[in-house]
Amino acid sequence: MDAGIRQFFAAEVERLADRLFGTALRLTRNRDDAEDLVAETVAKAWAKLPELRDLQCFDAWIQRILANTFVSEWRHRRASPEIAIEPGVEHDEEGEPFSLFEKLHQPFLLWWASPEESVIAKLLREDIERALDGLPDAFRIAVVLVDVQGHSYPEAAELLGVPVGTVRSRLARARGLLQRSLWQHARDAGFHDNHDHGKEARDQAADDV
Amino acid sequence: MTCEEVLEHLFAYLDRELDDQTSAEIEHHLESCRGCFSRAEFERKLKAHLRDAGESAAPESLRARLKYLIEKF
Repeated sequence: MDAGIRQFFAAEVERLADRLFGTALRLTRNRDDAEDLVAETVAKAWAKLPELRDLQCFDAWIQRILANTFVSEWRHRRASPEIAIEPGVEHDEEGEPFSLFEKLHQPFLLWWASPEESVIAKLLREDIERALDGLPDAFRIAVVLVDVQGHSYPEAAELLGVPVGTVRSRLARARGLLQRSLWQHARDAGFHDNHDHGKEARDQAADDV
Repeated sequence: MTCEEVLEHLFAYLDRELDDQTSAEIEHHLESCRGCFSRAEFERKLKAHLRDAGESAAPESLRARLKYLIEKF
């Protein structure tokens, strides 16, 4: 391959290294494995580079190779069936899909202006990573493919070798679990204290009337 | 479109999985319904947080490994 192509490839890999490593880290949940995955992806990408017709698509193309490499190995190595998640865990008490927004929008919290904005603004990267990393593999991978990498449902289905409906249902369940985890974390981090303070102030205001 | 219908399709809308007409109907609803708009914005921001989680500083060891790899190709 000529020097210009090699230079282009090296520059693109350098530019995309943080994105590739971050995505690999979300998939593997382990820094050493993530490094190995990125290195393997780059090697595969170099070998397949003549197949890439539009160099403008390099970013999406190499992200797809990364996902494909991980999913192939994950499916191959998955010796034992994944721990089944009890159906309904991702639902709330009424059997509706768990929604962090709805939890934050309970009437007693609406006294506090826009609680959901406050929580979303205070969400830390670590909170998101913890919630994401805590998902069962099949759910986490669906979220990474669609939300992190931006694949469409059909693309994710093709990468995973499952029907589009399976991707849709895994995403729905993953989002329920993810939001439940964030809700629990928000409460552990003191969301309730704020609410209690708000209640005290409301009680005081009522007494003053 | 009712609020229930919008919420039913909200994630598919945010994931850009809907046809143009359904997307337009949802957008029209969001322009006039504050509750659904707030919910949509909340989910959109959460989705953006998830996308951001896919970027993490590549360690120097990895950058050096990739450089070495490309030189060897």
